[in-house]
Amino acid sequence: MKIGFLNIKDNTFLTEIGEIWRFTMRFFREINKPKQEYEEFVHQCFWIGYKTLTLVGITAFIMGLVLTIQSRPTLVEFGAESLLPAMVSVSLIREIAPVITALICAGKIGSGIGAELGSMRVTEQIDAMEVSGTNPFKYLVVTRVMAATLMVPVLSSMANAIALYGGYLGVNIRGQVSWHLYWFQVFDALSFGDIIPAIIKTFFFGFAIGIIGCFKGYYSKKGTEGVGRSATTAVIVASLLVFIIDLIAVQITDLLGLT
Amino acid sequence: MEMPVITVEKVNKSFGSNHVLKNFSMQVMQGENLVVLGKSGSGKSVLIKCIIKLIEADSGKIILLDEPIMEREEEELDQLRSKVGFLFQSNALYDSMTVRENLEFPLRRHWSKQEREAGSEQAVMEALEDVGLAHTVDLMPSELSGGMRKRVALARSLILKPKVILYDEPTTGLDPATSREISNLMVEVQEKYHSTSVIISHDMNCIRITSNRVIMLIDGTCYAEDLYENLIKSKDPKIREFFE
Repeated sequence: MKIGFLNIKDNTFLTEIGEIWRFTMRFFREINKPKQEYEEFVHQCFWIGYKTLTLVGITAFIMGLVLTIQSRPTLVEFGAESLLPAMVSVSLIREIAPVITALICAGKIGSGIGAELGSMRVTEQIDAMEVSGTNPFKYLVVTRVMAATLMVPVLSSMANAIALYGGYLGVNIRGQVSWHLYWFQVFDALSFGDIIPAIIKTFFFGFAIGIIGCFKGYYSKKGTEGVGRSATTAVIVASLLVFIIDLIAVQITDLLGLT
Repeated sequence: MEMPVITVEKVNKSFGSNHVLKNFSMQVMQGENLVVLGKSGSGKSVLIKCIIKLIEADSGKIILLDEPIMEREEEELDQLRSKVGFLFQSNALYDSMTVRENLEFPLRRHWSKQEREAGSEQAVMEALEDVGLAHTVDLMPSELSGGMRKRVALARSLILKPKVILYDEPTTGLDPATSREISNLMVEVQEKYHSTSVIISHDMNCIRITSNRVIMLIDGTCYAEDLYENLIKSKDPKIREFFE
């Protein structure tokens, strides 16, 4: 089909969007079918959650520390140094911690899933699963997408806490704010309108990372070269989707008057 | 009278403009070892993948163990697939699992939890003993040689005691001695389990050892069908190409 200069049939970008959509719809159909793969789901939660925790933790700590150190001079200039904990907490909780966590997860989880499923595809392991009577989509895709959807918000919440602790140390490098006062100022500046939308969007981040990683790996082609390509494109597309979801989430939050 | 276990009737399969199978027909009888011989890319692997519906044929009829598989949905195929073993060309062992976990994997779908707790260990050991690799039960596939991986893959396809075994180039990439061992093992397995086999191969030694009948797949159709002993004497240049 030709629309203006666009040839829909030959347009791989539009074709891919269509395929991702069909893949997502298949996920929702398969999720309700028996039998549930609880064991594999728990296993994936462990791999996705526990094995990413250190990376997310270190990044979050540095993020909190650096943001505080970098923000101080500007606030000092305006005589608003006392607002530092409040500013850091709102920035971290609403935007920086969820997005940075999601990007780290897109890199680690997205590429991991893409490469793992891609390698299973090219070595016929997915076919072997199908021949053995196991639904590979349910066993491999549904469990991984659900684990990513569940664990990214958990990781993001942990990143929030660790980043705020980093912020506390950052505040105390040049100034002196007590532990209690710091946390009082942090929570005083936050409302549910800051926390809840930020948590909700991380579920969407996790879902997008899982679905893209699985899609790229599940339909991997062209041998080892294809596996590498699956892993790389999984990271690129998932990272891009994180920003798109974030943009939409911000607009919705704004429309609902939660900003 | 012997009943056909597999019937393939006028099956067509194309990939874009590449018409791989053209009105292809064949029958495999109970207890028979049928070898399908053909050039690389001639559609041999596509054919056995169509038989188990890993690839969907475009048209025609395939009956496997009295079930018209092209009309069956994925869920309905699960039970039928438990009666079929498939040895992949690349072995397709799950590389993140031990040999034991690889063999237990098909059981998790077809056996209840109680059955698995009671009999899985015995079934795993029996299948591994059949291929002479009981000592590898706790090793990872990466710790095994090519021949051992092939044997473990065969053990995995035997664990549910299948009525039909499909072999996709079982001796590719193996040295002549190991190749002969695998071929002999396939015959032993067939005798022990009274299974029916379709073997895709162009390894003449393997064909000589294992085949009861040979089908030559050329240009997507069944070009010739006979005993190995008769085919090697053929004067047809297209057949001679394979045996010279």
